Amino acid sequence: MATLHLHDVKKAFASTHVLHGINLDVADGEMIVIVGASGCGKSTLLRIVAGLETATSGQVIIGGQEVTGLEPADRDVAMVFQNYALYPHMTVAQNMGYGLKIRGLPRLEIDKRVQAAADLLGIGHLLDRRPRQLSGGQRQRVAMGRAIVREPKLFLFDEPLSNLDAKLRVQMRAEIRRLQKRLGVTSLFVTHDQVEAMTLGDRLVVMNQGRAAQVATPMEVWAKPADTYVAGFIGSPSMNFLPGTLEAGGTAVRLDHGLLLPLPDGRRGAPDGHKVTLGIRPEHLLPGTGGLSMQVELVEPLGGESVIHGRLPDGTALTARLPGTAHGEGTLGVILPLESLHVFDAETGRRMEPAAH
Amino acid sequence: MQKKVIFKGWVLPVALLLPQLVITGVFFFWPAGQAVYQSFLREDAFGLSSQFVGFENFADVLTDPTWLDAAGRTVLFSSAVAGLALAVALFLAVQADKHIRGADTYKTLLIWPYAVAPAVAAVLWLFMFHPNIGLFGRMLNGLGIPWDYKLNGGQAMLLVILASAWKQVSYNFIFFLAGLQSIPKSVLEAAAIDGARPMRRFWTVVFPLLTPTAFFLLVVNLVYAFFDTFGVIHSLTQGGPGKATETLIYRVYTDGVMNLNLGSSAAQSVILMILVIALTVVQFRYIERKVHY
Repeated sequence: MATLHLHDVKKAFASTHVLHGINLDVADGEMIVIVGASGCGKSTLLRIVAGLETATSGQVIIGGQEVTGLEPADRDVAMVFQNYALYPHMTVAQNMGYGLKIRGLPRLEIDKRVQAAADLLGIGHLLDRRPRQLSGGQRQRVAMGRAIVREPKLFLFDEPLSNLDAKLRVQMRAEIRRLQKRLGVTSLFVTHDQVEAMTLGDRLVVMNQGRAAQVATPMEVWAKPADTYVAGFIGSPSMNFLPGTLEAGGTAVRLDHGLLLPLPDGRRGAPDGHKVTLGIRPEHLLPGTGGLSMQVELVEPLGGESVIHGRLPDGTALTARLPGTAHGEGTLGVILPLESLHVFDAETGRRMEPAAH
Repeated sequence: MQKKVIFKGWVLPVALLLPQLVITGVFFFWPAGQAVYQSFLREDAFGLSSQFVGFENFADVLTDPTWLDAAGRTVLFSSAVAGLALAVALFLAVQADKHIRGADTYKTLLIWPYAVAPAVAAVLWLFMFHPNIGLFGRMLNGLGIPWDYKLNGGQAMLLVILASAWKQVSYNFIFFLAGLQSIPKSVLEAAAIDGARPMRRFWTVVFPLLTPTAFFLLVVNLVYAFFDTFGVIHSLTQGGPGKATETLIYRVYTDGVMNLNLGSSAAQSVILMILVIALTVVQFRYIERKVHY
């Protein structure tokens, strides 16, 4: 158990810059989920913390100790890999006890800790098997067990659930969260799956092209995305974006379609005529007239509700998630509840907060 | 995954198999059959008549102290060749598996010796270690180390072992390299995070995962050392000095071709044949099944 501090961590492979200065402070026992699309540098960041890659510049501090230049062996961290990375020639018990054996613990102590961890994970009866005799879910548990027995300062998870089928993934997700809370080990969890991110993390790090676009709690990321990338990445289906300009002293937005939407939460600190991007989540759109009128192109019924894909008259795509399944093709009127609007700067993509009163 | 192909009739499958069957028949079963047949016969001194003697040739060979000496020598020679070739190849493969500059060139160069014919390889070593004209031979003598493999049996043995092992390193290297590359990188990273230093990682993770490859290569190398080293020995030492480098396969040649003792020579080759069959059985029955991850 320990804290983790990343200070301006940068990484470049030859001339390709992968990480552009990541800063992160993780509290003791906190679960941080690093989420982002493929190639955003999230796995590289995790590997730098593990010591499998060396940062080009910056510092990694685990439990107050600077470990930037240390080998993985000297960092006292444990990692769960996407393909589990179990030792194929060892039994489950040997797999789990390998790290302890290297540290020179007495055999009895190793056996005791392996048994305890195995029981915790419900794989106590599999200790004599070899990895190839196990199912995907069981292998996943062994990989977890190998991390747990070490009682490390940090748990690192590198997309550990992506090789499991959908049902098992949900089950393991809950299990990982329960274990992590129970053991209270500071954890970094890398994933590209936003549902995993939302459900697992105390806080999220949303990465975009080697930068941390936002570091915040899942609800904050969802309710107040820092920029259009985060807004579009978190939430399913993705947030709708509509171009517009500020008007009325920054207290309203005129959409390019002509619709004027007052901003109930206050003035935005930019001159009238400033180009903005207005964001609204599909689930916040309501059916009704007086708002926008969209041409429905596709209806995806999900049971209790439907996702409706359509276009505005000028061709802008719009998605709505509406209750019920009785939606047909044709024209659909939607209204935009004012309190659910997000305003972003059209040029930088940054969120524009209401100015202080 | 085995796929079953079903042919209509038997003409096409037989026609497709025929070339392989003919080659195996003409170049293996026929001569092997001849050897077995010959091994039960004894010829008179002039080669004009032969008579059936049962297992007498085998009994003679197996009780002949010089044959038993050659057998012991072969065991020593083969273990040394296999051990050396495997160890060197493993070391080189581990080095080549690292991220190094010019790795491809390095690998290609290491594979070349396999393309060199045994006799040519022997000549190469001869030019290096000949006491009078060899570069290293002259150097050793110049340094006051008496070197003459044509007189010193131990040195002769050392030289044929080196030359034979050198030829086999390339082959082993390819297999070891492929074996190393098939070990998932994440397994090694997991070991590193578990606290294993490079040497420990090698002996507790990499090496155990290479054992199937190593066992396969061990059998192949032993068979090579038993049978395929004739060319090297013949070109370098002709089994000499004295009988210092006379292995079983070389003795088959001296007894059969030089001394024209066909019955004994045939019996010896049948014994060798049984040995290689045994090795192959070990290879397929035991190793392929037991050592598998």
